[in-house]
This record gives sequence, structure tokens and C-alpha cells, in this order.
Amino acid sequence: MGQVLENYRKLSARAEEALHWTQQAEKIRIQVGSATCENAAGAEEVLAEFRKHIAASGRDDILLRRTACTGRCSCEPIVGVMIPGKTAAKYEKVDRELVHRIFTQHVLGGRPVADRLLDSPPDTMVRYELLFCGSARCGRLLEKDFRQLFLDRLAARKIPESQARVVAANCFGLCRTEVIGKASHVLVLPTKVIYRIADEADLDEILDTHVLGGRIVERLRVPDAPIGQRFFEMYGDVAFFNRQSRIALRNSGIIDPENLFEYVHFNGFEALARALDRNDPAWVVEQVTASKLRGRGGGGYPTGLKWAGAAERPGETKYIICNADEGDPGAFMDRSMLEGDPFSVLEGMMIGAFAIGATRGFLYIRAEYPMAIRRVEHAIAQCREHGLLGENILGSGFSLDLEIRLGAGAFVCGEETALIHSIEGQRGQPRIRPPYPAERGLWGCPTVINNVETFANVPVVLHYGPQWFAQIGTEHSGGTKVFALAGKVNHTGLVEVPMGATLREIVFGIGGGVPGGKRLKAVQTGGPAGGCIPAEFLDTPVDFDTLGKVGSIMGSGGMIVMDEDDCMVDIAKFFLTFSQDESCGKCTPCREGTRRMLEILERITSGKSAPDDLARLERLGKLVKKASLCGLGRAAPNPVLSTLKYFRDEYEAHVTRRTCPARKCTALVRYEIDPGKCVGCTACARNCPVSCISGAPKKVHEIDQARCVKCGRCFQVCRFDAVLRK
Amino acid sequence: MKFQDPQERNDAMKPPTTTDNWNEVKAAAEAALPAPIVEFIADCRRREHPESHLISVLHKVQGHFGYLSAEHMDAVAQLLQVPAAKVSGVATFYHFFRLRPRGRYVINVCLGTACYVKGADKLVAKLKDELGIDFGETTSDGMFSLEASRCLGTCGLAPVVMFNDDVHPRVTPDQVPVLLQQYLDRARKAPPAAP
Repeated sequence: MGQVLENYRKLSARAEEALHWTQQAEKIRIQVGSATCENAAGAEEVLAEFRKHIAASGRDDILLRRTACTGRCSCEPIVGVMIPGKTAAKYEKVDRELVHRIFTQHVLGGRPVADRLLDSPPDTMVRYELLFCGSARCGRLLEKDFRQLFLDRLAARKIPESQARVVAANCFGLCRTEVIGKASHVLVLPTKVIYRIADEADLDEILDTHVLGGRIVERLRVPDAPIGQRFFEMYGDVAFFNRQSRIALRNSGIIDPENLFEYVHFNGFEALARALDRNDPAWVVEQVTASKLRGRGGGGYPTGLKWAGAAERPGETKYIICNADEGDPGAFMDRSMLEGDPFSVLEGMMIGAFAIGATRGFLYIRAEYPMAIRRVEHAIAQCREHGLLGENILGSGFSLDLEIRLGAGAFVCGEETALIHSIEGQRGQPRIRPPYPAERGLWGCPTVINNVETFANVPVVLHYGPQWFAQIGTEHSGGTKVFALAGKVNHTGLVEVPMGATLREIVFGIGGGVPGGKRLKAVQTGGPAGGCIPAEFLDTPVDFDTLGKVGSIMGSGGMIVMDEDDCMVDIAKFFLTFSQDESCGKCTPCREGTRRMLEILERITSGKSAPDDLARLERLGKLVKKASLCGLGRAAPNPVLSTLKYFRDEYEAHVTRRTCPARKCTALVRYEIDPGKCVGCTACARNCPVSCISGAPKKVHEIDQARCVKCGRCFQVCRFDAVLRK
Repeated sequence: MKFQDPQERNDAMKPPTTTDNWNEVKAAAEAALPAPIVEFIADCRRREHPESHLISVLHKVQGHFGYLSAEHMDAVAQLLQVPAAKVSGVATFYHFFRLRPRGRYVINVCLGTACYVKGADKLVAKLKDELGIDFGETTSDGMFSLEASRCLGTCGLAPVVMFNDDVHPRVTPDQVPVLLQQYLDRARKAPPAAP
């Protein structure tokens, strides 16, 4: 064994020693999520309350752990309770009162608080749970409906619902060339065993021996632990999670982000140790190239190519930079990764630095993310302490130091040349490329800049092999993508799916559809640089190339769902206001063009548009797109152009009929009182801020349109639906 | 800008020895800033590319004073040996830096897409109405400043409003007066610490 691997083994042994909780399998574990949004929802209070309860109970077999966020934002704070031998139970929206119930009833009494379990019907606590892999590569084995096969067999054996439950999960990541199409995988909980089954007889054996007999079928057992296993063990019974493939987010919500040993316990830094042990940077570049990993920040440039470009540049000084200036409104994947699993991002950076020959690196993080900054600082300090950063890492002779640099609220700094200027202490304005940073970057030296998510994927690529990784995605793009799902959707949060999953799967399958039975109108991807994809394209596979074809972009992963109440002109205006405000002012098309476009949109939404405004808007948009200097300007017209393309009728309604079909643009809305419904209660007249409603009590009221400011107060207060919004 | 050897540039950044008033300028600049920041700047000057720490220094100054005054920026320029024009150029470029003092409670309304589609625009209207100020302004009693944030990254809790560091999730316009009153009460109970 090489010196590096030997040193890694020592570190690993230290970690196991320090992590007494892993050895204490008989203890009860309570884990509380803690990240920016979890804390905003009250996680700190919950943690303190549990601490009090444990102390008061005097029990020493209960461990309280802090993990980060799992990305299930709308249900936070989330608390997990793991009692040995039982399926892990997760509670949603936990508050002080619920802490008391969970502790007394579940932790001490052994009976779960059924009505507050995450996303589950009350009768959910079953003895066995069988999660079968529902991905296309696995599921094709048996032509019949897999789920039904299970259910029929359960019924034939008279196994009741309380004994076993069947769940369709997404890919476990076990598919290898030799088993594709030939075998399927089933994870049995709480035993945590994965079986590989080839035919229906195997299925029978599992049910007879394991579910009825309680013994593991060693013959069918898969020896290796797939990447998704820990995640599915913990969250596999929740529909929101089990249809995802967690690779970049593999540790989020599983490990304590402030404990290096926990990361090491889950094979952390092993990929780094192996790469250093081989001492062959070209091999690392080859592996990453073969994995078809593409830049997750939105550009989609193949990471391997970028690294190869920087690696072959001569020169002693090279830099590696992690772009964590997540500025897109509606995107929070990077924050969540930095808060939930900072070590994997650091490991990815270390591997990248080794591959290109950099000895110094920077993480450029938004100043708006104080907790992410704190956790990364902490992680860097721990890495230094354990010889994973600094001189002679793990005795390999390779040295690297990482440093945090803070952004200061400039969206354009997400552009790589602007980001470099910002790190250099200047105004964050972009410059013309080429030369690309891989040639001349920070202080004129070759520099590689990758997104947080890209780096988080790198250790996985080396650990599980590039073929495995490439296979998960589409033909030209390997792996998964994390999306921040928000807007008019039932389950908001972080969603990680294989490249090529459809929008329908994400919004309806995982996100649970649009609330209130409303109709989905469009999905906006890629933030202010992306476009609005109308409902008819819901079956588009999500990939860098396919989204481009429908007029949007993958972007960094923001995904906002819009329903029939959203006015697309207003949304286009919203994004353009953002881009206009963030335009750095360096090049004219962006600085002036976006301003003029915004003026036209303001005219349209306020009912003052000229007949040729739409043509002018379109022409200007195309010009800005072609002529701007950097990505911000070139993408700024996308929201306008895509909505003009797909929702032109809405624009035309604003321009020609002076109405807003979604009733969103205030200036175009008109309030009237329906004489048939008005009972003369005077509520509207009393509440009108400009006293423009006249009428005696018990007589029909009337709105003076000339004086109405369209505040909508009368509409809100009328209890007889007599105020009409037109 | 021509790329120079870091060491060479470091030498070039050293204060010129021919001016006689450097000691006075330095003393005045040091007096304008708190000691830990003066020490931090000195530390930056000992490292490679000292001027690259300008943004970090400004973060610290704003963290201490709550804003960047002309006097602070001038002191930073002298101590870090960066042209004053560049300091003000950087300070005005980035949204995060403020050139005027702010109220005791800074209200930050998230105007990210998720918050926007969930009704942040109505919240803004209510806040402006209640406070009688626009974005970037401070109430006359110095209690509240109103600001808009691009995205606070807590989209699952939209719409979100922050009062200093407290995040308030799923705020409705009706809750606005209650929230404001809460903070007024809090301010009354705890008078501001002497700066």
C-alpha cells in the first residue's frame, strides 16, 4: 500500500474511533435538520427542546444529531427518529409542542405520532418496506407492472398492509453494463439489504424467506453499497424523495456538515486519496472527461475539457475557483450543498486542483449566505487540521490551500471573468473571451472555475467510475442535476434527477403538481437567463441541449412553476427588471438595450403601449442577445423572447384590448360592482382608501372609475362576491 | 493592466518615502477605523496581492459601522494603498455596500422569483404604505430601513421578509403592521447600545 493510502487509512481509523455513534447501533437516534431555511422555520428551537427533553429523561441511550437540509423546504423543520430495528420515522413541520409528543410518545413510548409523519398516511409504520428501483434500466426486466407483481404476491401470501409495503423508488445507482435489462433491484427496510432479482421465482423467495421468515436471502444479496442507499434508507418511504436520484446531494440530510469524521465515515476523501496515490493528473482528467460531466453552473461546458485545457498550460502558478455566487433568484442548490455537505465540494476542488496542477484555490461565496460561509470556513479548518489541506497532503507531496472570498451582491459576478475581477478586488465587470480563464485567468494565470455542484460530483465520478456516472444521464451529459423547485407547486424544495428526466416527472411526479387544482401555465427554468416553457412541452427531457431547443436554458437549476394566475408579460417584466438592474454597464447593448426593453414592457403592462411595441420589443431583444459582451446580456432577453413566442396572445391582449387575461397587471384591471349581487352593506365604501365608492346603505353601490386607484381592497372585503375584477 | 510579479507590485505599493506627511495621513486613517480592521489591513498588505482584499476590508468596515462613509473609504484607501477612486468605485458597484447609515432594523424583502409569484409585490406595497418610505430609505425616527433582496435562497418559505437577521417566512400583508409593532416594542424595551 502506498504512503498516501496508508495515511488515509489512518485518518479513516481515527474517524471510526471518534464516531462512537456509528458503533452504538443499539442507541436511539434523533436527527434535526439545520440549515438557513430549516433555522428560519425554527430548527434551532426544536434542537434545544429535544436537548432539554433528553436531559430531563435521564436516558443515556438517546443520541441527538444535527444534519443539514434534505431539500424538502415546505415541510421544514424535519426531524428523523431512528429506533434500532425499526424503519426511520420522519416528522414534518416540527414545533415545540410536537417535540414533546414525539419524545414522550415515540422515543420513550415506541408509538410514532402518526398524524405528523412526513407526507405519509397515518397507517404508515409498517414492518417491512420494499423499495424497488423504478428506473427505466432496471424496470424493463419484467414486462409486467412491477408493482402489481409484488402486490399480487403479497395478497397470495395473505401478507397484510401493516406487514409489508411496496414503494417505487428511483435509481439506486446499481446498474452496470452486465445487469442492465437483466435484473432489478429491491431494497428491503429496515434490514437495509438490497437484492438483485432476475425473475419472478427470486421475488417469491424474498417474500417467503425475508418478509415471512425474517431471514436474509444471501444468494440474491448485492454485496456493494450503492450511492443512494444511505439516502433511501433514511428517506425512501417519502414520495418526494424516492423518485429522486441523489448523487450531488448524497450526504445532505445524512451527515453532520460540521464533522469531518462523518464525511470520512461515508468514504469521504477516499477518491482524493486514490487519485493522489496514483499520482497521475492526466488519469484524473481522463476519468472526468469519460464521465461526461458537464458544468452545472448553467454553461454546460464539459468539465474534463476545461481541466485538460488548464492542465496543459505551462506555468508554475495555476488557480482553482469554486463559483458559489449563486445569484439566480429562485435557486438555492449551491447554498444547500455548501451548508449540507461542504466537504464533498472541497474534495472535488482538491481533486480538480491536483488534476490541473493548482496550488491555491478560492471559493467565491455570496455574502448573503452567512451560514454557508461559516460551514465552509469550518470545513476548511478541519481539513487543514487533518492534513487534507496545506503542505504535502496525505504525504503525497501535493500541496494546496483554499481560501474563501466573499461576493458583495453583484449578479454579474457569476460570470467567470467578472468573478475573477471581483476576487482581484476590482469592480466585477466581465471582459471579452477568449482568452478563456483556463488560459489567462486570475492574475493572468491559468485558472479553472467550476460551479459548486460540479465539484460535488467529482468525488463520485472517481469513486464509482466514469462509465457508471455517464450511464446515469443522457447521451451527451452524464449524471444528475439538482433543481430548486419553487413557485406554484405543492412540494417545494431540492430535486435531484438524472439528466433527461422530463419536466412532468419533476413538477407532477416529485413536486406533486399545482396547488388548488389550478392549471399549470408554464415552467420557468434558468432564472433571469432562461425562458418560460409552456405546458405543452412538459414532456421535454431536461438536458442542456433539449431545453435550448425550446427557447430556455438549463441554467444553474432554478425551476419556478407558474399557474393560470400568473401573467406572462408581468413575469417577463420581472426578470427583465432584474437583468436591467444587474447590468454592469460595461457594454452598450446590455446597458441601454435592456433599459429600452423594460420601458416597452412597462408601457405594455400599464396600458400605454403603441401598436408596434411588440415588433420593437422582439427586434431589440434579438439585438441584445446577439451583441452583448457577456452571458448576462446575451441571456437577458430570453424570458421576453420565449414568452413572446409561446404567449403572444397574452401580449396582444395587453396591447390591443388593454386587458390582462390573468388579472395581474393592476393598471389594466377594472373593478365593478354587480348590481344583482350588491346588498348595500357599505363594506367596500368604508374600506376604499380614496372614497371613490358611492351608495347609501342597503342600496346598490357604484365605483367611480375615474378616481379608482385599483387597490383591490373592495374586492377583498366584499363578502357577497359583488365586486367584479375584469 | 500589465501583469506584474507579485513581489514587484508589493514593493510598488509601499508608501513613497519622499512625502513627509505619511505619518500624519496614516495616523488619521488609523484613527478613523477600529483597531482590528487596521490590523487586518496590515495583515493583508503582508500577503500576496494585497489589493485583492479590498472587498473583504469593506465588508468588515460595513460590518462595524453599518455603512461606508467617505471618511472610512478614504482611510481604507490610504492604509491598503489603493487609489481612493478605486475604493469608491468598488463600493458603489456592489449592491451589498451602503453609503448612508441605516435604520436600527433593516427590513429586507425578498423579491426573488418564488417570492414574487407568491405575492411579495403586495407585501412591498404594504410595507411602503405603513412606513412611508421607499426602497433604500430610512424612516425619520431611524428605526426602519427598507431594502429589496434579490433572493435570500429560502424559496420554499416564500414570501420571505428579513428584519436584520431574523427570517420571517410566509408573511401576508395583514401581518405587516403586527411585525412592525413587534420590533418597535422590542426597540423600546432595549435602547440601542452606545456605538
